[in-house]
Amino acid sequence: MKELRLMKGNEALEEAAIRAGVDAYFGYPITPQSEIIEYLMAEDTEKRTGMVVLQAESEVAAINMIYGAAGCGKKALTSSSGPGISLKQEGLSYIAGAELPCVVVNIVRGGPGLGTIQPSQSDYLQSVKGGGHGDYKLIVLAPATVQETVDYVKLAFELAFKYRNPVMILSDGIIGQMMEKVELFEQMPRSTKEYEWATTGKKPGKDHVIVTSLQLKPEEQEEVNLRLQAKYREVEKNEVMYEAYNIDDAEYLFVSFGSCARITQKAMEMAREKGYKVGQIRPQTLYPYPAEIINKLADQVKGVFTVEMNDGQMVEDVRLAVNGKVPVEHYGRFGGMIPSPDEILNAFEQKFIGG
Amino acid sequence: MAENLIKPENLVYEKSKSMTERELHYCPGCGHGTAHRMLAEAIDDLDIQGETIGIAPVGCSVLAYYYFDVDMLEAAHGRAPAVATGIKRVLPEKYVFTYQGDGDLAAIGTAETIHACNRGENILIVFINNGIYGMTGGQMAPTTLENMKSTTSPRGRDIKTMGNPLKISELVAELPGTYYATRHSVHTPANARKTKRAFKKALEYQKENKGTCLVEVVSNCPSNWKMTPAESNKWMEENMFPFYPLGDIKTPK
Amino acid sequence: MAKKGDVVIQIEKCKGCELCIASCPQNVLAMSDKVNAKGFRYAVKVNSDCTGCANCAVVCPDAVITVYREK
Repeated sequence: MKELRLMKGNEALEEAAIRAGVDAYFGYPITPQSEIIEYLMAEDTEKRTGMVVLQAESEVAAINMIYGAAGCGKKALTSSSGPGISLKQEGLSYIAGAELPCVVVNIVRGGPGLGTIQPSQSDYLQSVKGGGHGDYKLIVLAPATVQETVDYVKLAFELAFKYRNPVMILSDGIIGQMMEKVELFEQMPRSTKEYEWATTGKKPGKDHVIVTSLQLKPEEQEEVNLRLQAKYREVEKNEVMYEAYNIDDAEYLFVSFGSCARITQKAMEMAREKGYKVGQIRPQTLYPYPAEIINKLADQVKGVFTVEMNDGQMVEDVRLAVNGKVPVEHYGRFGGMIPSPDEILNAFEQKFIGG
Repeated sequence: MAENLIKPENLVYEKSKSMTERELHYCPGCGHGTAHRMLAEAIDDLDIQGETIGIAPVGCSVLAYYYFDVDMLEAAHGRAPAVATGIKRVLPEKYVFTYQGDGDLAAIGTAETIHACNRGENILIVFINNGIYGMTGGQMAPTTLENMKSTTSPRGRDIKTMGNPLKISELVAELPGTYYATRHSVHTPANARKTKRAFKKALEYQKENKGTCLVEVVSNCPSNWKMTPAESNKWMEENMFPFYPLGDIKTPK
Repeated sequence: MAKKGDVVIQIEKCKGCELCIASCPQNVLAMSDKVNAKGFRYAVKVNSDCTGCANCAVVCPDAVITVYREK
């Protein structure tokens, strides 16, 4: 039975993970996402669904535990924030290289370095361009609401297993800490499916299974790379998600994702009230990026304006999508500062209308 | 005389079933091959080939997954005990082992080693200690002996500036989660047979969920020690064994 | 009297490390004059004193020796 609840983002995420039949969570505490493991421990998931929850000695260990569990064909989840996600990059590269499924949550905080525990979107480039070494991509989902957080947990595992690729849910402390009404899906049973690529013990009459990202011969490594690239083209073809607001008559386009998109949307409404025909695209997948719709709208609008809680990261992908057709400008606050609708509107007027 | 003994009913010793047909890439006389074989024989004897999952490290034995005919994963450098933890926690009824060298286990992976042991993960950690980085060409390892030469300690390991050789097996034996820690070698038939018995014991303890078992194999590196295999074994007896004495370090009470 | 034994050596897999020679109590094994396809001299039998103790096979890192013994 579907269930309506008022829940904090981080807790809703974990309730969704339990209900999605996740087999294992390995993580390490870091603000602003420690509620995730706390919630799981409090829920006593081993009793509730049999889900394993372990506090690892480090984020490095946690992601490698994920690698082990994922290698056995299990639904494995970890979460962290900026500094911890940096530590996980090694493991993510191996997971992508070995083509294993897993889901990683990044509740982004401001950086660089230890930075601030306040919300930020400054890990965009790290997330969408791979993050670790080598040619690989994460599928990146960016929820803007607690409800999307819940829905994306389920979706993330579907995509991770469909493509045998790590999926990241890129969120921040605003969504993680805020309480919203959320509709929870029904408890799903934990999967007992066996995969031929998974190490679960050599089967009689079958070759032993090897999970590795190592290729000593260049021609074999290139083959792996070509296979990964073909997979990413499929992902780009099939999995792009975005929401569009007021684009039919738009003369200007706002582009903004995650928590920041909610504020940008308010700025868009204020702009409309002032007579500017502004529309908005909110990418829900950051990789694959909704480049096609933005490119199409660039034929219609006079300018594109990105608003991010960083110093202009997604704007690079917007510029690639617009491909020089119209001016692209960026407005950002960072370091944990959150832009107000007023300052977004002011920035838009200054950059596009003439102040 | 000259009766032909070579027929199936007379067979007394052959390559383990838990080893593949693949030729090993190790240098002539390297202990890795024998250590692989002893572990594979222990798996054969316990009849757990289909129940065993192994983890290869980064180092000379990075390709160990080609040789063990069991399901295998290749881990990032030093992370094998964390990978093993992930596997064992989701498949607690399987036998899980890591196979790691000294650089992998006692330098870059020290935290993973210690914490897996401290949690008492029900895994077998196989630790090959030859006091040198073989794969990368003979650099100093955490277990390189005092005054021992390597490409990064060309005048011998200077304790004052390069630190001390690390007795990691003794260190993890102190942890409550470690159930069994023992040190062996595979350079003679008798020693190799003892090593196999230690592997079997460790796997039997794993079945009983007793905690982490660590079997150290003090081994040679003829290529990077720049000796013949026979010389390297002699050097090992004279230099490695006094500092890394063979025998049980921690046995069940 | 000890039982009679025999060994079969896969010479193409042998790397000529000589550890089997040192381990044989009967001095059955020695190095060949010839080399295999990999360029290694390989272990060969030089007498028929083998007792099938399997010491050589146990220390062989490359698993090239199979051992037989009369029943």
